[in-house]
Amino acid sequence: MTEAVTRRAAMLGAAATSGALLFAGGNARAQAKPTELRVGITTFLSGPASVFGVPARQAAELLFEEINKAGGIGGIPVRAFFVDEAPGTDHLVGEYRRLVQNEGCQIILASISSGSCLACTPLSDEMKKTTLLWDCGTQRIFEEGPHPWAFRTQGYGTPEVLAPLLYLLKHKPDFRTLAVINQDYAWGRDSWELWKAGMDAMKPGVRVVAEMFPRFGATDYSTEVTRLLAARPDVILSTSWGGDLTTLIRQSTERRLFERSLFVMPIAEASLPTLGRTMPAGHIIGARGDHWNNHPAPKDPARLKRLVDSYRAKYNEYPIYPVHHMAQAISAMQAAYAKALAAKGAGGWPNDLELANAFRGLTFDTPTSSITLREDGQGLEDQIVGLSSFNDKYPFAVPKDMILFPAAMVSAPVGQKSTDWLKTLKPDFVAQVPAPMAG
Amino acid sequence: MTPSDDRGAERRAGPKRPALARETLLAIIGALALVLCAWAIPWLKFVLTIALAKGIAVLGILLLLRAGQVSFGHSMFLAVGAYTVAFVAPGTPEVLLLLPLAALLAAALGLVIGLFVVRYRDIFFGMLNLALSMVIYSLLEKMYAVTHGTDGIRVAGLTFAGQRLEREVQEWAMFGIALTLAVGFGLLVRAYLGSPMGRALAGIKTRETRLEFMGLSARLVLLFAYVLSALMGGVGGALVAMTSRHVTPQLAYWTSSGELVFIAILGGAGSALGPFLGATAFELVRVYAAAAVADAWQMILGGVLLVVILFAPGGVWGILSSKLKGRGA
Amino acid sequence: MPSTIIEWFSDNGLLFGLALLDGLAYAALVFMVAVGLNLVFGVLRIVNVAHGSLFAIGAYTAASIGIFFASLGLPMWAGYVALVLSALLVGAVLGPLIEKLLLRRIYGHEDVLQLLVTFALFMILEDVQKLIWGVQPIMQDAPMKFLGTVDIPFGDDFIPFTAYQLFVLPGVAVATLAALAWFLRRTLTGRVIVAVTTDKEAATAMGIDAAKIMLLTFSFGAGLAALGGALASPTTSLVPGVGASTIVLSFAVVATAGLGQIEGAALTSLMIGLGRSIAVYFAPEFEVVVPYIIMVAVLLVRPQGLFGVLETRRV
Repeated sequence: MTEAVTRRAAMLGAAATSGALLFAGGNARAQAKPTELRVGITTFLSGPASVFGVPARQAAELLFEEINKAGGIGGIPVRAFFVDEAPGTDHLVGEYRRLVQNEGCQIILASISSGSCLACTPLSDEMKKTTLLWDCGTQRIFEEGPHPWAFRTQGYGTPEVLAPLLYLLKHKPDFRTLAVINQDYAWGRDSWELWKAGMDAMKPGVRVVAEMFPRFGATDYSTEVTRLLAARPDVILSTSWGGDLTTLIRQSTERRLFERSLFVMPIAEASLPTLGRTMPAGHIIGARGDHWNNHPAPKDPARLKRLVDSYRAKYNEYPIYPVHHMAQAISAMQAAYAKALAAKGAGGWPNDLELANAFRGLTFDTPTSSITLREDGQGLEDQIVGLSSFNDKYPFAVPKDMILFPAAMVSAPVGQKSTDWLKTLKPDFVAQVPAPMAG
Repeated sequence: MTPSDDRGAERRAGPKRPALARETLLAIIGALALVLCAWAIPWLKFVLTIALAKGIAVLGILLLLRAGQVSFGHSMFLAVGAYTVAFVAPGTPEVLLLLPLAALLAAALGLVIGLFVVRYRDIFFGMLNLALSMVIYSLLEKMYAVTHGTDGIRVAGLTFAGQRLEREVQEWAMFGIALTLAVGFGLLVRAYLGSPMGRALAGIKTRETRLEFMGLSARLVLLFAYVLSALMGGVGGALVAMTSRHVTPQLAYWTSSGELVFIAILGGAGSALGPFLGATAFELVRVYAAAAVADAWQMILGGVLLVVILFAPGGVWGILSSKLKGRGA
Repeated sequence: MPSTIIEWFSDNGLLFGLALLDGLAYAALVFMVAVGLNLVFGVLRIVNVAHGSLFAIGAYTAASIGIFFASLGLPMWAGYVALVLSALLVGAVLGPLIEKLLLRRIYGHEDVLQLLVTFALFMILEDVQKLIWGVQPIMQDAPMKFLGTVDIPFGDDFIPFTAYQLFVLPGVAVATLAALAWFLRRTLTGRVIVAVTTDKEAATAMGIDAAKIMLLTFSFGAGLAALGGALASPTTSLVPGVGASTIVLSFAVVATAGLGQIEGAALTSLMIGLGRSIAVYFAPEFEVVVPYIIMVAVLLVRPQGLFGVLETRRV
């Protein structure tokens, strides 16, 4: 697309619609059926977080291709417009506007980074454009105010931290000391705050021997590892991910830190294929959801296998959780359009408001389970946590002794702030933890 | 003698009358083009407002460039302006109060830092600015309880002279304010560069000792420019915060400062118009590059920068003004 | 007051010792990157922002070669050959390429233009890396695993350190420093480089081919950056953006050290390395700002840097 063409087109458009464009905000007019369904997708395409962003984009490309082969959504093809989150929020909110106002996207799938989500969500309110928060985890989004146009099609920080905590309390109830080493940014801090609130409520008296927040993207943890070796905590929590986590794990295994302390790593899943056999066995690992490759009882085994196989065939790597989160957002989108189109009757096409309404309370299937969007927009995604182990089927660690935590059990109720809710938990809450899954 | 010294000599003499007329003509055309663009392509209004805001901050870089100094940490003032807005807006959402407040705080920080850094030149000047901006970046990131770290802060709803505006009207208001301030600061910088204090800046670049023989304190000359540039950085940052409605520490990261210097060179350091030409070109290249190839936009920006430096070292301003000159003659 | 200090040391002395060990290894890594940057700056007077990219490319290349060697079934020590090969490759191919195609065209232009050329190059190389090596973390730790660990006594306990971290990193850094010092002071080419660093105009007037020296120095600096990256690669995971965070620290080292001063770079790296690891133990919140605080403090006392020479002011 060249600038000259755009300018000419824009001038023509401006002449045709004149001042009407100026006040064209959220439209409640009848909607003509478009020739294609345009979907804006913001994700990291550069920088350290592209380890999540690029697989997610690949997933979207794969699935859109599949959808279009099968006839598209409501009979029209879907088309993705990707935007890089890395340049920062001031760029991103401009891009969001471009996606809505220039590219004519009817729905936006927003953001890996919590900062991006916090910037985009209010914009969705202002521009009245349905926005699916497809990966970011911050609990602040729906707890600090209503956002009628935004829906999160996966779990969030609270269940993703509480589930591993409950697993730890069940697996090793007698631990007395704990150290934390998280990336120094919002998720690293928020997840520690959530963990601490829950731990102090359910198991008071645990001594925190080290709280470390090394720089995001740090390349060397030898000092931190030494300090952890010297402190000998019973448990080490790390919610780090990406290159940071693989570096931490490698430097820690080499120096036998994994033999001294039990690690809890709620986001380990995405790093396991990279780590291969380097990952030590017997430590608590999570996946920000229930989408493990070796899920013992997925709801739709054929669909899970198809997703994994086609992704592997096309990109020569195993799908990691951002792939599943992208797939969930796309499933939700398909389900909501089907619902809205059915309500509209033949030949109709939902307008922005009708589309948003179709998402409220929506239940859609994923390969492993089904997810319901609560009235505040938050999705309820089950969590599976387990112990790292090896088998013949995968060249990398997968969980065993898996426990499935139903989403409703580990999410803060609607209208309550997560930290306040976690503080109300009692030690006997652990008794409600289900037994490990068979298989 | 290198060619750059010759150019410096021409600049020291100040723009001649026809050059001045050219500049004014270009400025009027540019402003009209911006308004037309913002009206015709609604989403570009936002991009152009950001470009104008950054242009104001780059004016500050331009001042220091006149003295031959490159601040590789200038975005810290942008960040100070932006975070001022983010912190104060919940209590005082009035744009007309927030803007001068942001300017004032940035200028105050500029004075404190300036008193220290104007004693240094060249790489030391550049690197000290970089170091201090990284300290501010780290503070914004580390003081999680206050700043929410990298998540950043959402800017509360703003009022304009007591009025709370519709989104569409508010976007126009921001655009108008940015354009007005851009014109105002552009004129101010032009007048300043023509004044003895402004001309003395060029003296720092060529032969600082000569300046001192004339009884002028080079440090004072540079400090004045530094505080003014910090002030404009603060205004630019406040505008960015009010437009994008979200601030993050990334505003203060060293690559953001690099971007500002990039814009200064892209636009051309020869005129007060340069920063705005540069900022508009930069933002447009970036959005169109991002739209065309979402995962290689950095390469395109880098390529554009290389081409400009190697083949048009006068920047966009240099190209435009030589074209105009050719036509006029 | 003194008694509390003694008390503090008797409580934390052992930890302090551990911090020193960690700081040493970190200082070695910082030094390897900064010394090349400083050398290039001394001769070319260009702050090479792309130095960080060369670091990253060196690291990626080393990992790729190492993985290739491993796939051939070569023994683990071959990983060390991979490190050296990578540095040679970047130094001999990429360095001259950048110097001849880009930098040569802008010598004599304003400083800011030169700096921005390398900034542009940095942006381009960031994307090039991504196109070549993708975004998933890459790792190759044979050189670290090959040497195993050493147990350092710690009270009744012991702390395993990797031999790589304890001996190889500081060893290579010290060897590099010694070799550079010998090269610059005792060989003709080295002395010519020093001459160009000190006064380029006078050196050219005496018949020194400055262009050749610049090419040589830049390639050499590029090789050092790549070696730094290669050395870091066995202990770390390579991801996009690794160059940007490395280079900003090196800037601080160069300005603190004094321009073109290799001993200055060594001392500054040591201060930063130790300062950082002590901060990790006792004031983790300040870890990130330690290098900058050191830099500001040094420049307050010595405006020309630790080992810098005050330039005579031209009239």
